[in-house]
Amino acid sequence: MSIRLRRTMLFVPGNNTSMVVNAGIYPVDSLMFDLEDSVALDQKENARFVLHEALRTINYQGKELIVRINSLSDGMGQMDLDYLIPLGKVAIRLPKTDSAQDVIDCEEYIANIEKKYNMEVGSTKMMAAIESANGVLNAYSIAHASKRLIGIALGAEDLVTDLHTKRSPSGLELNFSRSMILMAARSAGISAIDTVYSNLNNMEGFKAEVEMIKLLGFDGKSIINPRQIQIINDVFSPTEKEILDAFEIVSTMEKAKKIGIGVISLHGKMVDKPIIERAKKVLEIATVTGQLARIEDNYNE
Amino acid sequence: MEVTKQSVSGTLESSDIMITIEKSTIGNQIELNSTVEKQFGDSIRKTINTTLREFEINNAKVGAIDKGALDCIIIARLKAAIYHSVSDEDKQSEVFKA
Repeated sequence: MSIRLRRTMLFVPGNNTSMVVNAGIYPVDSLMFDLEDSVALDQKENARFVLHEALRTINYQGKELIVRINSLSDGMGQMDLDYLIPLGKVAIRLPKTDSAQDVIDCEEYIANIEKKYNMEVGSTKMMAAIESANGVLNAYSIAHASKRLIGIALGAEDLVTDLHTKRSPSGLELNFSRSMILMAARSAGISAIDTVYSNLNNMEGFKAEVEMIKLLGFDGKSIINPRQIQIINDVFSPTEKEILDAFEIVSTMEKAKKIGIGVISLHGKMVDKPIIERAKKVLEIATVTGQLARIEDNYNE
Repeated sequence: MEVTKQSVSGTLESSDIMITIEKSTIGNQIELNSTVEKQFGDSIRKTINTTLREFEINNAKVGAIDKGALDCIIIARLKAAIYHSVSDEDKQSEVFKA
């Protein structure tokens, strides 16, 4: 099975019918339909019906479909789950996750719905958004709280408020939280998704932030506008040189293996297991993005 | 299911439809105003009628101002309008999740 990339996760406000029906046209990896903060309190039910009907009938071209539900603390999140889980098509993003117990409570509720509708228990996947100091400090136990989890995400706007600070261009205020979330995700073997960048007029600042989170190890970023898609896809896709180097490393290593050699030297540099693993990962990503096929086509011409 | 009070769902934005539902005494009536009346008027009325039948609603006046909504959005807005117009007991019906 090929890997699932989560470079770009586009927010789609649940009550905006134009965006909901057209979201499939954008070249993103995941669509995150929102029932929480982007939907006014008196429109929650209306948005729930829109997503229920749209997700049931519209073909979103194989993109990963995620719904950000409301909090379970006031009963609204449960209603969202009642309507969306039976579709069997969406992963659930739990907002404002402060502890492993929040994940467990949501998971229990989901399991009951799966049983009620004769669905395979555990088939609905989850994501947890971490948006508070408690959430950051509990990131490790949150990430390990359920087998359903496919990733954890940073939600920075609520977090910086909780930390008594604000977002800055350098992102210094999020250093610890980002690192903590990344470590927790890697420890659990799930995706780490960075927060949104809300200044749409500063594309250079956006690109710098995308490059930084890629270097930290994140899998991708939540985005609020289609204009941000190309930059993330570019930054998160390997360059042609990286792909060719990876190809050379993997093929040289395979040849060496056949004659019983474990460590090789390539262009004067030692190549060992971690380097080979990274090279394989590059080739996996290039396969999913279609870059590898394009390069092979060019060489065959 | 019985419509007990008036309710509205939807907006006048492009790709949306605004639906008003209220009680009627002379069966179901649909008043449609659509930007795509010529091509899709009959189809929209049919979608509304089918949905009303699924909820066994027989006495409702439905007003619809359509701005080019897809079928799934017409159904979603109508379901939401019905949801807000029926009794709390009827709100629990599985038909809403069908």
